[in-house]
Amino acid sequence: MIEVRFHGRGGQGAVTAAELLAVAVGYKGWHSQSFPMFGVERRGAPVQAFCRIDDKPVRIHQNVETPDIVVVLDPTLMKDIDITSGLKKGGLIIINTVKKTDEFNLGDYKIITVNATDIARKELGVPIVNTAILGTFAKLVEWVDLESLEKAIKGRFEQQLADKNINAMRACADETHV
Amino acid sequence: METMEGSKGVADVVVNCEPDVVACFPITPSTHIAEDLNKAYMDGKLKTYVTVESEFGAISTIVGGSAAGARSFSTTSSQGLALMHEVIFAAAGIRLPLVMVVANRSLSAPLSIWNDHQDTISERDSGWLQLYCETNQEVIDTVPLAFRIAEELMLPVMVCMDGFYLTHAVEQLDIPTKEVIRKFLPPYNPKIKLDPENPITLGVYAKPEHYQDFRNDLDDDVHAAREKIKERSKEWANIIGRGYGDGLIEKYNTDDAERVLVAMSSVCGNIKEAVDELRANGEKVGLLRIKSFRPFPYDEVKKALTGKKHVGVVEKDMSAGAFPPLYVDVASALYSETVPLSSFIGGLGGRDITVNDIKELFKKLENEPVREWILKRELPLK
Repeated sequence: MIEVRFHGRGGQGAVTAAELLAVAVGYKGWHSQSFPMFGVERRGAPVQAFCRIDDKPVRIHQNVETPDIVVVLDPTLMKDIDITSGLKKGGLIIINTVKKTDEFNLGDYKIITVNATDIARKELGVPIVNTAILGTFAKLVEWVDLESLEKAIKGRFEQQLADKNINAMRACADETHV
Repeated sequence: METMEGSKGVADVVVNCEPDVVACFPITPSTHIAEDLNKAYMDGKLKTYVTVESEFGAISTIVGGSAAGARSFSTTSSQGLALMHEVIFAAAGIRLPLVMVVANRSLSAPLSIWNDHQDTISERDSGWLQLYCETNQEVIDTVPLAFRIAEELMLPVMVCMDGFYLTHAVEQLDIPTKEVIRKFLPPYNPKIKLDPENPITLGVYAKPEHYQDFRNDLDDDVHAAREKIKERSKEWANIIGRGYGDGLIEKYNTDDAERVLVAMSSVCGNIKEAVDELRANGEKVGLLRIKSFRPFPYDEVKKALTGKKHVGVVEKDMSAGAFPPLYVDVASALYSETVPLSSFIGGLGGRDITVNDIKELFKKLENEPVREWILKRELPLK
C-alpha cells in the first residue's frame, strides 16, 4: 500500500487533489481511499488530505501517519509544521516552491521541487495549485499517468475549467525533473 | 465500480430505493448525503425533498410521510439526532418503517464534529433497529436491506456509518441499480395509513390498561427481528454477490482464536488488519463484529465467544457512571459463561484507534481483565 499526505492551506485544494488522485488511480484499476484530515475547513488554515493506493480494497480507517509520499502545496507551512513527520525513510517529498531541491535540508528523503504557483497563475489565472501538482505524479510514479488524471479532472469540472486545469497539470509534468 | 465519496454513494442508493419522501436538515458529517439528495431532487431523480427548518422538522416530516403510506428517508448526525429524540421514540411506537442513515458523531459538550457512537447509542432504547456498518460499501448495501426489513416488520431502522471515516472517504463503490433493488424491495403498500377517505388515528393516547401492551409488543417484535434480519441479509447477499456475516454479527478469524476483540463499525477494518499481522506471527487472535446492535444478537455472541481465553470489547461511547453499553450487552450474553472480559473505551470525538493501538489491546488480553480507557500518545503532527 502507498500512502500519500497532502499539506496545504484551506482554499488551496489539498482535499480535491487527494480525491482526484484517488479517482485517477481507480481508472488504472487500483483500489484507493482518499479523505481529508477531519477538521472544520477555514481558508488559510493548515489542511491535510490523504490518499491510499493498494491492489486490494483499503480497509483501514485512520489518518495517514507513515506516508510514502508527502506533497506540500504551500512551502510557508514548513515553518510551522514538520511535514516529514512519519515519512518513510527514502520517501518522496514534492514541494511547490521557487526554490531548488538542494536548498532544502530535510533528511534522508527524495525531494522534487516544482513552481506550480507560476504555472497555475498562467493557466488558471489563480494560484490554486492542486491540479497542477498532480502532474508531477505522472512523472514520478508508475501507478498513475496523465491520461487517468485528465479523466479524473474532466469528471470533476465543467469543460472550460477542466481544460485549463489539464493544461496546468501537463505543464507541471513537463517541469518535473527527476 | 466507480470512485466516489461515501456520502454520494449513500445518496445514490437512497435514490435507487425510490423513496416517496425525503426530508433532511444538513448537519456535519451527514451534510454531503443531504446535499447530494437535494441535488438528486433538483435533477428530477427524487419525488419529494423537503427542506426543513431543523432536524425536529426533518423527522416530523418523514413521520407524516410514512404515516400517509410513503416510503420515507432522512439522514442526520449528533445534535441533530438528539434534537429528534422525542420523535424517534414516537416513530417506533407508531410502528413507522422509516430508514435513517446516521453519520455517527460525538455529542456536545465539549463541542466536537468528529466521530464516535454516542449519538446513536443514546437512542438504543427507542425501538429502532440499529445496524452499524464497517465500510461505505456495506452502508450502501445495507440501505435497501433496511427498507425491506423496516417495511416487513413495521419498525424503523437506523443505518449507522462512521462520520468522516466513511462519509468523507472517496473510494471504489458499487451502487445497486433500481432494477436490482426492485427484485428485492417491493413497492411499499402499508395495510394501515392515514387516508382522508378512511380516517384513523395513529400514535394514540393509551391509558394504563393499554400503554404497557403496546410497549411489550414493540419489545417482542424488535427481539423477533433477529431472524428476519438474518433471512433477508442472506437473500440480498445472494442477489448482489456481497454479504456481511450473518447480518447480525461478522466473525473474523474468531473460531480458533484464543483472544477476541468485539467492536462495531469502521474500526473493525483496523482490527482486521491487526489480526492479520498478529496471526502472521502465530498469535491466535480474532474479531467479532457486531452489526446489529438492536436487536442485540445474544445467542450468536454467546456462541462465538464461549470458551475464549480472553475477550475485549472496544467501543466509542460511554454511559457515565456505568459500564459502557456494548460491554454491558456482551457481558449479558456471556452471563452464564466464565469468559474473562475486558472493556476498552476509546476513539471518542474523532481520536483514531490505530492498528498499533489494537495490537496493544490484544497484548492486554494476555493478562487479567481490565476496564479502562484507551490512552494515546501525542498526535504525530501539530
